Order: sequence, then structure tokens, then C-alpha cells
Amino acid sequence: MSLAAQVIDLQKDYMLGTVPVQALRGVSIDFPRGDFVAIMGSSGSGKSTLLNLLGALDRPTRGHYIVGGRDVSSMTDDELSTIRNEKIGFIFQSYNLIPQYTVLENIEVPLHYRTGYPKIGEREQQRIKELAEMVGLGERMDHRPFQLSGGQQQRVAIARSLVNDPEIILADEPTGNLDSKTEQEIMEMLLRLNLEGRTIIMVTHETSVARLAKRQIYMKDGVIAGEGLFPG
Amino acid sequence: MSGWRFMSNILRTVQLALKSLMLHKLRSGLTMLGIVFGVFSVIAMLAIGEGASQQAQKQVLQLGATNIIVRSVKPPRENASAQNQNSFVLRYGLKRADFDLLSRTIPTVLQAVPIREITKACRFLHREMNCRIVGCTPEYLDMNHLELAQGRFISDKDRREKTNVCVLASQTAEELFQYQDPVGQSVKIADRRYAVVGVTTPREASAAIGGSMSGQEYNQDIYIPLETMRVRMGDLDIDRRQGSFSAEEVELNQITLTISDVDQVVPTAGVIRESLQQTHRSGNDYSVVVPQELLKQAAQIRTIFNVVLGSIAAISLIVGGIGIMNIMLATVTERTREIGIRRALGAKRQDITTQFLTETIVLAGSGGMIGVLLGLSTPWVFQGLKSVAERFFFESGGGSEFSEMFTNLNPQVVPASLPLAFGISVGIGVIFGMYPARSAAQLDPIEALRHE
Ligand SMILES: Nc1ncnc2c1ncn2[C@@H]1O[C@H](COP(=O)(O)OP(=O)(O)OP(=O)(O)O)[C@@H](O)[C@H]1O
Ligand SMILES: [Mg+2]
Repeated sequence: MSLAAQVIDLQKDYMLGTVPVQALRGVSIDFPRGDFVAIMGSSGSGKSTLLNLLGALDRPTRGHYIVGGRDVSSMTDDELSTIRNEKIGFIFQSYNLIPQYTVLENIEVPLHYRTGYPKIGEREQQRIKELAEMVGLGERMDHRPFQLSGGQQQRVAIARSLVNDPEIILADEPTGNLDSKTEQEIMEMLLRLNLEGRTIIMVTHETSVARLAKRQIYMKDGVIAGEGLFPG
Repeated sequence: MSGWRFMSNILRTVQLALKSLMLHKLRSGLTMLGIVFGVFSVIAMLAIGEGASQQAQKQVLQLGATNIIVRSVKPPRENASAQNQNSFVLRYGLKRADFDLLSRTIPTVLQAVPIREITKACRFLHREMNCRIVGCTPEYLDMNHLELAQGRFISDKDRREKTNVCVLASQTAEELFQYQDPVGQSVKIADRRYAVVGVTTPREASAAIGGSMSGQEYNQDIYIPLETMRVRMGDLDIDRRQGSFSAEEVELNQITLTISDVDQVVPTAGVIRESLQQTHRSGNDYSVVVPQELLKQAAQIRTIFNVVLGSIAAISLIVGGIGIMNIMLATVTERTREIGIRRALGAKRQDITTQFLTETIVLAGSGGMIGVLLGLSTPWVFQGLKSVAERFFFESGGGSEFSEMFTNLNPQVVPASLPLAFGISVGIGVIFGMYPARSAAQLDPIEALRHE
């Protein structure tokens, strides 16, 4: 079984003045290809910190993070950018679309930052359109974010996360801002992607959402407290 | 091939920059205005400087680059008691002896042309006007670039025989004769008749040059032979007014000397000044004007002009640049979230720098483009300004040296100033855009994503 990503004894300290805050205190997890993990835990337990490290937005204080066969923990800022661009797709709680861009242009953004800056040609334009149709926005490709509902915006974000065909998709409370019906739509979409073989790591507070994942990881005080659903 | 890829990316970057700028049209427009006016003023200032210098050169060339002009100047009245005497006669200026001295003893002088000017009333039938009577020689015509509309000019024979003939300037002819043909008629000046033998074409007045030479109006002149003037009118010019009278005794008003070689003009001017110092002890009743020296002076003035005007324009460009920087800093703060998103999606620091720098350059560059177009219109804008200024400020007849200079000034857009000003505007974009773009790139992606 090949791994999409792997963390080994991952630690993260934040300095609050002179006092170090240990946000992560040694986390080790394997993420096989095609995995769907829900990370749960109380507020301040280190979920977002872990996800930021998995997203190569930050470097760990100690430990290793291996994605796509490469260790990210000692990479330069530019190399981290490349990893984010090629290996990772992000879905945020607050959608994070660029307001002045249309649906198609938002999906296109990651293509601008590919290594060597290859031209965005017909083939790419075609792929962007297909992604928009796949998330059900075929009729709204020229709309701008403020013209879309929250669920529609999140679907644009999902399409955008797929455009560079990443190794893993990271979602930090992807349904946190949505009503239950829309939540269901988004989760169905993620499940479908997982069925197609995508590796998805998702942070969520809701058991109903976490239940849909293949497995659940429960965090407490910067370490993994256990696997499986912990109701209550 | 790869060059094309590069270009397509630049085009896309510019396109996206435009998209971001269009998000705040008013703000972008106002920011651009600073650069528009900066660039416009650079081009306009240089155009005015160039126009002024061409104007000066034209005037000097009208006077003749190989000429030296010596003029009589009424000395300032220091002697108040003498002035009050009723029978006071003021004797000053160039003498016929000076003319002989200058024309005979200086070998580099090719030609010396003396003139005498008196203003007198002239009549034809019942029509009368005050004219400048110029006693001159045949050379006067060419020397002042005058042309004949009719008849002939003063001849050597007229000088020798001291004939009573005259040539009228265009306006004189028109006012005195109206629809009649003046040639063959005669004009009455100081109770003597002068047969009209020719009429000149209208000629543009020559402007004053930096205080050393007052402007000359040619269109109300009457030309008569110098020798005729001497025997008929003498050297005295009597002016009776309000019971008292004043009189001036001047032998010659001007001597124009043509020098054999351009390089000899300045040294010869030195010799002339020395010679005249010998005979005019007071030294304040004549002036020596050397057009070539004026040319040099004009060039110096032009340099100073350009430096001063250029600095003013540069300051306005810098102010425009500061405006851009200010707006870009605000934009970066406002779009912190966007920067975080782009970084999360794979943008390197350099990509963020490039993006914001492109926006600034596009902003400054479009401003520069509009500024260049406005700059091209400088001559028309100036023309409009002139007509407004003439209507409101100089309507009292003008005549002041400044207004004369102003009305004769025609700005000339210097072609090189267009790419220069545009280049500067882009440069301003780079310089003032660098700091905001860098500070955008330095943002931490996680912090930026969390920004509200
Ligand atoms: N930039 C930072 N500087 C200092 N401390 C931080 C920073 N980011 C997180 N922390 C601390 O690290 C710990 C873990 O934070 P984290 O954001 O990972 O929690 P979380 O599990 O995502 O919580 P929530 O469910 O509320 O989002 C917290 O104690 C938090 O205060
Ligand atoms: Mg969190």
C-alpha cells in the first residue's frame, strides 16, 4: 500500500513572547493513497496547526513530513510554494476565492504558479471548464464570488483544489459555514472524489460529518488521543 | 518559441493587473492623475523651454549673426537743475565722427550702415499721422529683411543729390492714402514735400531682447535718404509741450556694422567698445548689441529654464509616485487575504512581488500614456491659455516686455521628451511600487489567510 503522505513525530512550538507554546507535541500518522481522514478534537488541540503543516504552509519545529516522496520539513520558502502548488489542494472554511475573478478565473489561479510558468493553453482552459461543470457550476462560469451562494463558492474552491491534480486534498472545516442541506451536498462531492481515488484530510467539529470519512483521528493537547468516533 | 511563452505570460499578468485595478476605477483613476499631470508637465515644460529658445534664436538671427548694432541711448537725467532750464538741449548719442571711426579704422568691418530716427507728423491732404521718420541708406532694406510691395527703395543717387523722396511702410501708406496709389504722390513732413517712390510689404515687429534692445515696429515708418534728413531736419529734435520745450540733439541713432567673419564678431565688438569709450567719456549714451553674444546668453537662459522647469516637473512626478505608493500600500493591506490565498495555491514571494509591481507599473504606465497624449497637445493648450490671458490681462494694449514675450512664445514639443517622460513614469511605478510589492510578498501565508 503506497503512502500519499506521512508525518513522523511532528512537533510545532509557537513562541509567545519568551514562553514556547507547544501546539503539536509529536504526531505520527500515515496517510495511504485513497484515504479519507477526519481530524477531530476540542478547540486549541492543534488541528489547524497540523493541517497547516500538512499543507506546507509552515515548517515543523521538529519531526518530518513526507509528501509525494519528499521531506518537506527542511525546504526553502520557494520549494514549499512548489509543493503546495503541485501536491496539495486546499479547501477552506471561508471558501477563500479571489473576489475580482470569475468562477473560471478562480479555478485557474493555481495554474499561474506552475514550475516554469508554462502557457495556459486550450487544454487547460478545457480542463477548467470541465471542473466547473463537474461541481455543477456549468451555467455560472462567468459569475463572480459575490454572485454565488456559500455552497456554490465552496464548490468553486473544490474545483480549484483539483486543477493541478494534487496528491492530497486538505479541508479545514469545509462545511463549517454551511447549512445542513448544503453540507450534505459538499460532503457527497468529497465522497465522490474519494471514491475516484483522491486522498482527503479534513478537519471537522461535527460527528455527523466525521462519520462519513473512512477513519477518524481524535486530537487532544497537541497529540493524537485515539482513533475512531468519540461521541461527546 | 520560449520568447512567445514569456510574452503570453506577461500579457496575462498585465490583463489580471488591469482586472484588479478596474475593481476600484475611481481610486485607480485618481491615483493615475498624479502621474498624468507629472508627465504632462515634463513634456509641456520642455516644450515651453524649447519654444522660448527658438524664439530667442529667431530674433537673434533676424538681427544677423555677423552684425554688431551700436545704438544711441538717452542717458538717465542726473542733472536736475539743467533739466529745468527752458532752453536746455540734451546732446547725446552717436556722432558722425563715430561712424567714420568705426567704418574706416576697423579692418574686419565690411559694411557700416548709419540711421537717424525722428518721430514727426506726416500729412497727405487732410489725413495726418505720427510716423517714425527713418533717415537711412539703400542697405537698410536688406539689413532689416524688408521687401518692396511697389516702386523702389532709397538709392545712392538719392543720397548724393539729397533728393526729397520717401518710401512708405505698409501701414503708413494705408492710413495716409487709403484707396489711392501712393507712388507718384507726395507726403508732407515738417512743411516739406517728399515724393513717394515706393511702399514696403508689412513686416512682423521684432521683439525686445532681454532689455538690451527694445522691440521695433516697422509698419508705421517713412524712409528718407539720410543726407536729405540731415539738411532738411538737422540734428535737433524739438518737442514743444505745455509751454516748455525740450530738445534733443542726436546725430545718429544707430550704426549697424557687418563683420567679415562670424569668428571675428566677438573680438571686433571688443575693439568697438574700446574705440567708443575713447570718444564717449560718460559711456552711458550708447549701447553695443552683439546678437551672437545674445545667442550664447539665450542658450544659457535656456539651460537654466530647463533645469528649473524640469525640477518642477520632476517634483510633480515624485508627488504622483508618492500617491501611487500610498494607494498600493492601502491595496496590499486590503488584499492581504488574497495574498494568503495565492501563497497557499503555490505563489512564490517573487510571484507576489511581480503581481503588485505589475499593477503599479500598469497604473503608472497608463498615466504616462495619457500624459504623453496631453503633452502632445501642449501647443494648443498654450494657445488657449494665451487667448484667455490676452483677453483678461493684457487688454490695455499690452506692450510690456513680458506680454510681448508671452504672445510670441510658441511651445515646441521636443520629440525626445515623449519617450523620456513615459520612461520616467514607468520608472516611478517601479521605484514607488517596489516597497508595497515587497511588503506584500513578505507576509506570512498563514497570517495572511487569517486576515479579515
Ligand atoms: N500563530 C500562533 N502563535 C501562537 N500560538 C498559536 C499560533 N497558532 C496556534 N497557536 C496555539 O496553538 C494551539 C493550537 O491551535 P490550533 O489553531 O491548531 O487549534 P485548533 O485545534 O485548530 O482549534 P480550533 O478548533 O479552535 O480551530 C493553541 O493553543 C493556539 O493558541
Ligand atoms: Mg482550527
